[in-house]
Amino acid sequence: MSTLTKQTLSHLDWLESEAIHIMREVAGQCSNPVLLFSGGKDSICMLRLAEKAFRPGKFPFPLMHIDTGHNYKEVVAFRDKRAAELGERLIVRSVEDSMKRGTVVLKNENESRNKHQSVTLLEAIEEFGFDACIGGARRDEEKARAKERIMSFRDEFGQWDPKNQRPELWNLYNARSHKGENIRAFPISNWTEMDVWQYIEREKLELPSIYFAHTRPVVMRSGAIVPVNVPLMNGELTNLPKPGEEIIDLQVRFRTVGDISCTAPVESDADNVEKIVLETATTTITERGATRLDDQTSEASMEQRKKEGYF
Amino acid sequence: MSAQHVEDRGLLRFLTCGSVDDGKSTLIGRLLFDTKAILADTLTAIERTSSKRGMTAVDLSLLTDGLQAEREQGITIDVAYRYFSTGTRKYIIADAPGHEQYTRNMVTAASTANLSIILIDARKGVLTQTRRHSYLTKLVGIPHVVVAVNKMDLVDYDQATYDRIVADYKAFADQIGLTDVRFIPLSALNGDMIVDRGERLDWYDGPTLIDILENAPAAHTEQAESFRFPVQYVCRPQASDNPELHDYRGFMGRVESGEIKVGDSVTVLPNGLTTKVKDIQLYGESLPKAIHEQSVTLLLEDEIDISRGDMIVSSAEVPAQTKQVEAIVCWLSETPLSPARTYWLRHTTREVKAKVASITHRLDINTLDKEATSTLAMNDIARLHLKLAQPVFADNYTDSRATGAFILIDESTNNTVGAGMITGLNT
Repeated sequence: MSTLTKQTLSHLDWLESEAIHIMREVAGQCSNPVLLFSGGKDSICMLRLAEKAFRPGKFPFPLMHIDTGHNYKEVVAFRDKRAAELGERLIVRSVEDSMKRGTVVLKNENESRNKHQSVTLLEAIEEFGFDACIGGARRDEEKARAKERIMSFRDEFGQWDPKNQRPELWNLYNARSHKGENIRAFPISNWTEMDVWQYIEREKLELPSIYFAHTRPVVMRSGAIVPVNVPLMNGELTNLPKPGEEIIDLQVRFRTVGDISCTAPVESDADNVEKIVLETATTTITERGATRLDDQTSEASMEQRKKEGYF
Repeated sequence: MSAQHVEDRGLLRFLTCGSVDDGKSTLIGRLLFDTKAILADTLTAIERTSSKRGMTAVDLSLLTDGLQAEREQGITIDVAYRYFSTGTRKYIIADAPGHEQYTRNMVTAASTANLSIILIDARKGVLTQTRRHSYLTKLVGIPHVVVAVNKMDLVDYDQATYDRIVADYKAFADQIGLTDVRFIPLSALNGDMIVDRGERLDWYDGPTLIDILENAPAAHTEQAESFRFPVQYVCRPQASDNPELHDYRGFMGRVESGEIKVGDSVTVLPNGLTTKVKDIQLYGESLPKAIHEQSVTLLLEDEIDISRGDMIVSSAEVPAQTKQVEAIVCWLSETPLSPARTYWLRHTTREVKAKVASITHRLDINTLDKEATSTLAMNDIARLHLKLAQPVFADNYTDSRATGAFILIDESTNNTVGAGMITGLNT
């Protein structure tokens, strides 16, 4: 019997359902996928979506983090804890190992390691023979991402060719690739920062503490709030202030979390998810505009990095 | 729950078509700006670019400029997706370039849309490209059309000009069978009739563009549909520590159309066996029913061998199982279609080998003339017959987009080369 159903899914249910569908397509079409998990808010949502997609079974893929060695220790600890709670396998590959191998060479000691993650990622893809990497990138983050496919093809060098992307129609995803090539799959492509926070709120997802308002030493550097004297996992301090900079204790939270050298917090007193949702609704600055020092280098820097194999 | 969860009217996907000159980018920029989806730093960046290019006002069209390659050429090459929300509804805009050579991009953008905004420049009226966009909208099965007569500011907000364009368009819409068409005069540049009414279009008493969008019916809510559930993945957690799960067989997928309730009779294709739905699950929770577009796991009463690519359907309305389909195909690849070659045809979660049996005709999408042809080049649209190595379980595209659509994949490059809409099934 055909039925007329007036009811529709709420926008969050629809987004969740789409993401589950995409994850299951990756699992169904690819032989050796991996889910990139950094401990950041988007990838925390991805884990919940993977649970919804595959439980009561195990995930049909391991989790992997490309660690720059310059990540906030709260996030690294959270990453390990969450993977253990889920009982899923976590692979960590580190940019510092690539530096030791000589495949990553920093211009100087203080250069951001963020873009060098591409090298380590490609090395890991080769090491494990992954044919698909599932990531939590969103189209609203950045304009080069607005034209990204949900299943995005990368050649043997991990390169993205924006002018030669596979057309993507209906919900028929083409994740086919030859050996050595791979697919980057983005299940939350259609989510915005607001959707992510609303989902975190609805699903009561736990987050690393630095997403919530806390007091930390910072300096003001060309208009951005730059955290200083940040302790690494080994207790060493990084992001030391430059001579003459005045250190102030400021109440801040992170909207996005990545390599310490290139993520800046925003001033905020939002100490719970509900307050963050409200703040997100009224903010006047984009997520990356506020916080990603690496995107401001040039108008096209994300596009450039993606062409070179970046997520 | 916080304040903005007052009412959730779900999500609407729509398409904007028109050329650069019609002010499409300005319209999208205006929608994003007036619904506060544009934040201050983005605005600062485009203000900077506007003044660098010698413009006095902020050029909202810069908001949709994507890739460096496009900025260099001053055109849009690819489909871009934009997002905004009114608090009650979330919107996904598929922004398709207007040039003739980008038919494939418009078809791509249209494939997921439930409403199409067709822009007309009030100074120019209905053009060849307006007809092309309208025809493609019809072809890809977008049920709702809004004809936005833009740049009313450049014709002094003249009602007679607007009325003439509306009459012209109506005549054409009747000809191609577009039924739900609404018209609206606007100035994207000044923001008249987009979110705010403005003061210069008093003679128009219809809804603003955002009102039309807020009240547009959501996909799947207008006609009765049959239950279709292509199986994506089978969950068998035998090795689990929990002995209760040793016999668990969950069929994972998305309800592509219709709805399903616990206890409903279902038929499994291709084996044709019939059983009942024992449980509908999502993340450990049992649901009494699942509706269109909902991803769930189905558990069945009887033990039936089911794998990815099979389809669970309503026993009362089983789709056709066929190895021959007639379809309208849009060719997407720079490498022309070769009737001598075999392609992969992906239909729902099923992939089968396919060959062209015959090309009935190619359609000139500007004149709608039918032409004989033996091959297809990029952006061509044709009616053709395909032979398949294994059957697909399909409906006509006009009855069900999800089970009437397919893509063709080049076996050697793995590229997506064709998009098809089934018009006939030989069983």
